[in-house]
Amino acid sequence: MALLDKYQPGDFFDEMFASENEVRPHYSALFERFQNLDREEFESRKNAVDAAFLRQGITFTVYSDEQGTERIFPFDLMPRIIPAAEWTKIETGLIQRMKALNLFLKDIYSDQRILKEKVIPAEDVLSAKHYRPEMVGVPVPKDIYIHICGSDMVRDREGTYFVLEDNGRCPSGVSYLLENRVAMKRAFPHLFSSVGVRPVDHYTQDLLTVLQYIAPKTSSYPPTVVLLTPGIYNSAYFEHSFLARQMGIQIVEGQDLVVQDKTVYMRTTKGLEKVDTIYRRVDDDFLDPKVFRKDSVLGVPGLVEAYRAGNVSLANAIGTGVADDKVVYKYVPDMIKFYLSEEPILANVPTYLASNPKECEYIVKNLDKLVVKSANESGGYGMLVGPASSAGQRADFKQKILENPRNFIAQPTLNLSRHPSYTDGHFEGRHVDLRPYILCGEKISIVPGGLTRVALKKGSLVVNSSQGGGSKDTWVLYGDS
Amino acid sequence: MLSRVADSLYWMSRYAERAENIARILDVNLQLMLDLPKLGPAEQKALWEPVLRSTGDHSDFDKHYDKMTSDNVIDFLTLNPKNQNSIVNCITTARENARHVREQISLEMWEEINRTYLWMKSQTLKKIMRQGPYEFFMQVKNASHLFQGITDGTMTHGEDWDFIQVGKHLERADMTTRILDANDEIFVKQPSKTHTSGTLHWSAILRSCSSHDAYRKFYVAQVEPDKVVEFLILNEFFPRSIRFCAATLNDALRRISGCKEEHFTNLAEKLAGRLVAELNYSALEDIKTVGMHKYMDELQIKLHGIGDAIFRTYLFSPPLPVPEAEPEPEPAQKQTQKQGKATVAA
Repeated sequence: MALLDKYQPGDFFDEMFASENEVRPHYSALFERFQNLDREEFESRKNAVDAAFLRQGITFTVYSDEQGTERIFPFDLMPRIIPAAEWTKIETGLIQRMKALNLFLKDIYSDQRILKEKVIPAEDVLSAKHYRPEMVGVPVPKDIYIHICGSDMVRDREGTYFVLEDNGRCPSGVSYLLENRVAMKRAFPHLFSSVGVRPVDHYTQDLLTVLQYIAPKTSSYPPTVVLLTPGIYNSAYFEHSFLARQMGIQIVEGQDLVVQDKTVYMRTTKGLEKVDTIYRRVDDDFLDPKVFRKDSVLGVPGLVEAYRAGNVSLANAIGTGVADDKVVYKYVPDMIKFYLSEEPILANVPTYLASNPKECEYIVKNLDKLVVKSANESGGYGMLVGPASSAGQRADFKQKILENPRNFIAQPTLNLSRHPSYTDGHFEGRHVDLRPYILCGEKISIVPGGLTRVALKKGSLVVNSSQGGGSKDTWVLYGDS
Repeated sequence: MLSRVADSLYWMSRYAERAENIARILDVNLQLMLDLPKLGPAEQKALWEPVLRSTGDHSDFDKHYDKMTSDNVIDFLTLNPKNQNSIVNCITTARENARHVREQISLEMWEEINRTYLWMKSQTLKKIMRQGPYEFFMQVKNASHLFQGITDGTMTHGEDWDFIQVGKHLERADMTTRILDANDEIFVKQPSKTHTSGTLHWSAILRSCSSHDAYRKFYVAQVEPDKVVEFLILNEFFPRSIRFCAATLNDALRRISGCKEEHFTNLAEKLAGRLVAELNYSALEDIKTVGMHKYMDELQIKLHGIGDAIFRTYLFSPPLPVPEAEPEPEPAQKQTQKQGKATVAA
């Protein structure tokens, strides 16, 4: 029996099957290839890929484990495919969104026009946990705040794409996107040319170009770019070291940097060397103990002062977290209309704010139908999936919401699209999302595809790696089939 | 190059070398025991004590085990997580340092050290004993040789490679002094020429330094204690002799700073240059005059001093506060990576 013979798309939007017996045209070549594989052959390829990930140390660290266990990010060998026309819409929609978000950040850290004209309630923005008053009136290079963005997208029952969140702080996962592609090319070399898949390997070169583009005017040529990591125990350390290696730049920890005369230097065996751009993978809070958290040992004392003086550039800028706030997220369509005078190409998921008394009442009444999220958590933490929750959990959340309404939003539970994923000898439908990676420098570019995350647990809607999620390679086609 | 990177490369290399050396010593002692008649507890102890002395972990051992049997010593030096110089800990530390600088070293280096680590983590005493410890120690040694070969063949031979050389040769010289020192009782006793177990023992020492064949080729003679000592300390060309190691590390230090021969620009170069000169102009008689044990102690203190000077010169940028009456380093203590610089989890 072939691997996909008994596949049930179920009552969901299935990425591969239009109905039980009908494969979507852009999947047909892949379908044929996979139907020709028997279980043994498929599993031997899968084991080879897993072993390669472990050998190369393509792993993330599990925080809850005292020994600092490293695990591989589960990888599903069946790729997700996006035809060209669909991708063009995603691409233009995300570029529009990025433009608006950067204009919004520029605005709220200078004139605050959008607040003064009451397009967005000022209190919702100024009360955001990651709003940084320290940044008001501080110009940033080329007026770009978010240089690297990883927006999360989902599809509903009808297959419509929605942006779920924007992730304009330190989005991670792009290294998995690149390594997944390498693994797939090894496992199924012939498929690529026959299907016509757009390449992704230029990402790190594009990233370096962005980081050099925003370097201070006074920089030497080429500017010295470094990647600031919290260290090897950070769960994303593999990615930090991967990106640094691909770009050929130094990876530094806070202790490697020192600020003198508002200039950042790194300590080398030959003395101090000036640093021009820092791609920081450390959150705002930990960047500079003189300005933010005093107990931070990951940051560099004096860094913010050097940044404000324009002697060093940071990607992303300080204070972008305000746009990640899920309350502020609700207003992104308004931003697009306000700054660009355009209609949003990509839809937001309808969002109810607990800080609005009417909406709060609705949320509390409908907890069993909604997904409740805290405004500032990520990684799938601090969240209630109503239909899958117990009465106790709902009571618990109700209390939390009423105690601190500003910190909660709710959205309808989306019937996320599913994709055939390998489990135990055959394929079953599992929910997926999509995280494309957007780079914003001289122009805005998006690497074709993104990281497709898959909730490997049956029925689960949570795709985060910390919660039992895995990933797939994502293929954007040159054509539509 | 970042000071932290130099520090990690240096310690990665030292710990990788240390793991290999411990495997060598254990392996040779086990083989030596095969050649001897059935051994009671007292004899076993007599054979293992020098090994524990040479790895510098004697007192720690007593804390964890009541009897000095082969199984216990192997467990302690191979798998015990509480012994910071057990092979598994050495490999873990080497790999951790490699992880710190994985964008600096070659992909092949990382994969090899990661492979060794994963393999080592899967070992148990039962497994080791079942497949035969010799097989196991051979795998540890081979992994180290493979790692060194990959390093030499895939990494640019610049400053970073030189720091690896410095670490490796400092560790290797230190280990050779320890092996000789631990066995100095036999040296003092000067067994009669026909004393078989003495010859066996000296052959074992040569083998633990992979120098048995080289020795025979050089002297074309029986294994004699004097010559073994001369060979392992003063031979100019044997890669594990102390003189060779000192000269190699001295060269690497000079390539790092660009300082020419017969000069120095920092304390590490001064101490290394001095040690090389001393070894170049020494003969066996000089060692005997000082006394083997004392000579080895002094060598260890000198090597320790070079390691410390490297740390102060290159690996730690801000000037360290002058220590208040720092205690004289215990020669028996192995140098370990300075703590407190390690990064805490975010």
